[in-house]
Amino acid sequence: MNIQVDLQESDKVLKGHISGEIDAHTAPVLREKLEPYQNIESLNAELNLSEVNYMDSTGLGVFVAFYKSVNSQGGHLKLSGLSARLKRLFDITGLGDIMDIESAGKGGN
Amino acid sequence: MVQKIGSQYKEILNQYMQRQSEQNLYVGQNFSRQLISENTAPEDVISMHKAAMQELYEEMPETVWHSFDFLIEMMINYGLALQERQSLLQRQEELRMEMDLAANVQETLLKTKMPALEGLDIGLLSVPLRKMNGDYIYFISDDNGHAGIAVADVIGKGLPAALCMSMVKFGMDSLNDSLAFPREVLSTINRIVEKSVDDFMFVSMFYGRYEAETSILTYGSAGHEPAVLYRAEAGEFEELTVKGLLLGVSTMATYEEKEVKLEKNDMVIMMTDGVTEGRTAEGFIGREVINELILRKKDESAQVIVQYVYDELVRMQNAELSDDFTLVIYKKV
Repeated sequence: MNIQVDLQESDKVLKGHISGEIDAHTAPVLREKLEPYQNIESLNAELNLSEVNYMDSTGLGVFVAFYKSVNSQGGHLKLSGLSARLKRLFDITGLGDIMDIESAGKGGN
Repeated sequence: MVQKIGSQYKEILNQYMQRQSEQNLYVGQNFSRQLISENTAPEDVISMHKAAMQELYEEMPETVWHSFDFLIEMMINYGLALQERQSLLQRQEELRMEMDLAANVQETLLKTKMPALEGLDIGLLSVPLRKMNGDYIYFISDDNGHAGIAVADVIGKGLPAALCMSMVKFGMDSLNDSLAFPREVLSTINRIVEKSVDDFMFVSMFYGRYEAETSILTYGSAGHEPAVLYRAEAGEFEELTVKGLLLGVSTMATYEEKEVKLEKNDMVIMMTDGVTEGRTAEGFIGREVINELILRKKDESAQVIVQYVYDELVRMQNAELSDDFTLVIYKKV
């Protein structure tokens, strides 16, 4: 059970890299780390999830909450580097249609 | 009382001072247990020790007595910490009892009646990970062979998830329509959930409307794990994918619906992600594994199949499931 969250923000641009597992144990850590940025107006955020090897629905909840608050402040959130497994999770939940997500290797798994 | 304990302590101490045997030490240990059970504070034990020493060894230098006074001061905060621990233990016990009560209320509240439909065998199993279940099955049926089923899963576990689930139940109750189509049901529940929950709380839900006369299942999904159709004649499984956003994310969400006609021995397998998200030491338990388990028992009744799948998945994960588990099978007979 481990997670690593690296976030760097300057001039309303947030770049993030998350690695490890996002589940019921680690999701609160992620939520806490993202919290300071959620009320920045017109934030342009990109979180890279290419090294997230497991995520369950609790993790999804954290991203959706962050997405909703960034959106309501006129900002934009992009999630990149999604593995096939993560991509499926976003697709099943219908979130893939409303959120800006990008798979890891386009055209392959 | 205090005096009696004091003289008992003096006696035990005196025995030990004369002869440092295991036996005397053991008597002391037992005595300390008695003191703990009587909630004696650590500083009082030291006071008692000082008093006993003063009686037994009057001639000790003043500095020794001062050091005891100092030690007593030092121990006062330990005494407070001990008191705090005791009240926490009591509080925890109260909470545990409250949770038990809440779990009972939930069980009664969320009870649903499995419909009896001509030509349809239904099996279901829902096992909560903790006391409260974040998964939910709701049936509604009439006497003309119509039945609706909702299989829902709240993101999150435990008490908050369970409270959120009651909301879904009341939404379904107020709809109260066994003829309703998935699109309508999901939109209605979405509006209710969207209005009432926190930003990080969502519900996924599968809804199926079945008509016994035509054997047609119309289904829709709000971000829920896709149901699986088993075609008996071809011996093949297919995912029943259908577009729809999780409940509670956006009021703008619309829900697609599709239909499928069941033939003899076909099965529709509905589940929550507690079934598909299983992990073993070697990795994830894939859908293929679940399909394989179902195939092994395909000629049994729907209830036997769901129980078998559950038992096997529990066994594979060394009896440690990581989520609420809900599995429903419709089998056309």
